[in-house]
Amino acid sequence: MAQVSELGQLEDGEDERPKWDNKVQYLLSCIGFAVGLGNIWRFPYLCQTYGGGAFLIPYFIALVFEGIPLFHIELAIGQRLRRGSLGVWMAISPYLGGVGLGCFTVSFLVSLYYNTVLVWVLWFFLNSFQHPLPWSTCPLDLNRTGFVPECQGSGTVSYFWYRQTLNISADISDSGTFQWWLFLCMVACWAIVYLCVIRGIESTGKAIYFTALFPYLVLTIFLVRGLTLPGAAEGLTYLFTPKMQTLQNPRVWLDAATQIFFSLSLAFGGHIAFASYNPPSAVSALLFCLCRNILSLINEFDFPEQSIPRDDYPTVLLHLNATQPERVARLPLKACHLEDFLDKSASGPGLAFIIFTEAVLNMPGATGWAILFFGMLFTLGLSSMFGNMEGVITPLLDMGILPKGIPKEALTGLVCLMCFLSATCFTLQSGSYWLEIFDNFAASLNLIIFAFFEVVGVIYVYGMKRFCDDIEWMTGQRPGLYWRMTWYVVSPLLLLSIFLAYIILLAHKAPSYKAWNPQYEQFPLKQEKLYPGWVQVICVLLSFLPSLWVPGVALAQLLCRQRQKWKDAQLESGLKLQNGRHC
Amino acid sequence: MLWPLFFLMTAIHAELCQPDAENAFKVRLSIRTALGDKAYVWDTNEEYLFRAMVAFSMRKVPNRGATEISHVLLCNVTQRVSFWFVVTDPSKNHTLPAVEVQSAIRMNRNRINNAFSLNDHTLEFLKIPSTFAPPMEPSVPIWIIIFGVIFCIVIVAVTLLILSGIRQHRRNTKGPSGVDDTEDKCENTITVENGIPCDPLDTKGGHINEVFLTEEERLTPL
Repeated sequence: MAQVSELGQLEDGEDERPKWDNKVQYLLSCIGFAVGLGNIWRFPYLCQTYGGGAFLIPYFIALVFEGIPLFHIELAIGQRLRRGSLGVWMAISPYLGGVGLGCFTVSFLVSLYYNTVLVWVLWFFLNSFQHPLPWSTCPLDLNRTGFVPECQGSGTVSYFWYRQTLNISADISDSGTFQWWLFLCMVACWAIVYLCVIRGIESTGKAIYFTALFPYLVLTIFLVRGLTLPGAAEGLTYLFTPKMQTLQNPRVWLDAATQIFFSLSLAFGGHIAFASYNPPSAVSALLFCLCRNILSLINEFDFPEQSIPRDDYPTVLLHLNATQPERVARLPLKACHLEDFLDKSASGPGLAFIIFTEAVLNMPGATGWAILFFGMLFTLGLSSMFGNMEGVITPLLDMGILPKGIPKEALTGLVCLMCFLSATCFTLQSGSYWLEIFDNFAASLNLIIFAFFEVVGVIYVYGMKRFCDDIEWMTGQRPGLYWRMTWYVVSPLLLLSIFLAYIILLAHKAPSYKAWNPQYEQFPLKQEKLYPGWVQVICVLLSFLPSLWVPGVALAQLLCRQRQKWKDAQLESGLKLQNGRHC
Repeated sequence: MLWPLFFLMTAIHAELCQPDAENAFKVRLSIRTALGDKAYVWDTNEEYLFRAMVAFSMRKVPNRGATEISHVLLCNVTQRVSFWFVVTDPSKNHTLPAVEVQSAIRMNRNRINNAFSLNDHTLEFLKIPSTFAPPMEPSVPIWIIIFGVIFCIVIVAVTLLILSGIRQHRRNTKGPSGVDDTEDKCENTITVENGIPCDPLDTKGGHINEVFLTEEERLTPL
């Protein structure tokens, strides 16, 4: 390995590619990069936004017709041309070089907010080393006569997430201050990322055995526990009855298509979705709601203690409403429906944190489980983060921006520092809203566009026949009809239609977000607000700027060619004149 | 047995003790919730104990040392076990101010709870909030300690890696510069990687595709 790197430094521009120790490491690394926070953090909240079962249908379709064919193309072309993301596109066609640069920009944007999620995970991990866990109780108010009202309204776990972790503001334009605890965790996270990226694949290849397999063990335990508690059946039926109206929303298809880029494995995604749906806590929340209503009735009318069983509650309420409606109207009775608790107020980037911390609270030995869970989540995210950073660093190395004398460690350090400084905006009080914007806009549209160009570039520009020959040379087998059909027709068509639908949707309806506002009348439900104008401009820029590399580079190449042709033509005419003179 | 006494009391002090009267407080007990099977029945003896506890609390207030059990009046006892009470002054003409009663009860809340084997939740004085005990908090939050440990480990590891990288770099630059005649040997040995000779792979390509690229076009002009 040392000799190879020596050769790399002697020969000009010929960069060495580090190698895997064996095939298993390569496979596990792929799984490690493919399986990450996208499965555990992003999938459940998307699944829940679109009502559970219905989301799995477009996800599965997108997986079969887009995810797997694309994945195959990327692996094959990478292995065949043995170049990084930038070099591959230049090798296929110089006009497509912009795709590599665009991917580089998207990797940079994604790594910014992806690491912020890791910062949150680290924060929870650090807070798990105490008993009782800090999110199990509400803090007391100023004169210690009760709990903080915000916490009483929302519940301890939501309060810990929104107030004690994020200290979230009620509006995205209200940026607030930097949260020093998140800032510290961010410094630590980027330091850890730098530590992993210095050495590269050689060290993570060993760690991947643990980080790729261990999460499944822990999540299976969570799943089994969830399924064995009462109420699991109702929750699962709710999860599996899809709401067909949601399939008509093009946003569902876009999110399903882009979720593919974040997590390639349906089995894993489904696994997490079940675990995250957490039906038992919904049932216990329902029972708690009923009990609270019954207690209000008993206290108001001075009935003997425990005189109204839960099942009799509706009849008693009806009777009282008929005889003394004014007194009943004054009571703060809430409607208790199981669907409301399954459609919990928790949504968005915080969902995974709220759901899993609540699940951990109910398990015996909560501290140990919390440490295990968040440690596992951190390593999972870190292995994916490493892939993101490679997507940023390798093109920079390929482009040869820095002079030869500066070592690779300095470059990676500089990149990490730049990313860290850019990502500090997520530690503001409105950071969570910005992260949602980045997650929705920076990644989605651009990845669709680049995926489209990838398929078209490899199949139509590089040539389907040449590509199939390469695969046959590498694996000994020619790709079958499914592959050829999806590559030729289905994938490009699917990607194009999703892209068009999304543009239409964006033009049609202004994007909105859900804000956490304690002053809202329906608190703890989140308040739906529209993005202000300047934020919408940023959303549009995030969606389109990285894709502009593609036409930009193509145009630049065209101009370069024209200039070259013009120069050649001048040279030729000059030579002819010379020859003419001699002859 | 409860009711004749109740009527007697209300006959004498009808105006002073009434629901929502001035300076009156409502008390609510949840005995069955607290004690389950060991719940006791609420009777006049328990009421006597309650009145005694309230009188005891008032006696601890300066100026009110002369409060007797008979000065504490109970009314509107229900099956829930809830009732209203007031504390009158020695002349039994008017009730003591609510603020005094409130602070007296708050001071002795623990003793009153213990007398009935209940706690703040099961023996509720409406409009008299109880003070919760502050949670145990260490001077330095635990998470900062763990953070410090992890951060130190990371910094040490990064420093070690950078130093070893620098050392290796120095060793590499010193090595080839001293030995020129072994350069050919180097090139020969490097062509074997993982047991596979490199040359056959080279001819298959996987390097620069000369058809498309010239030297200056290898890098995208920006």
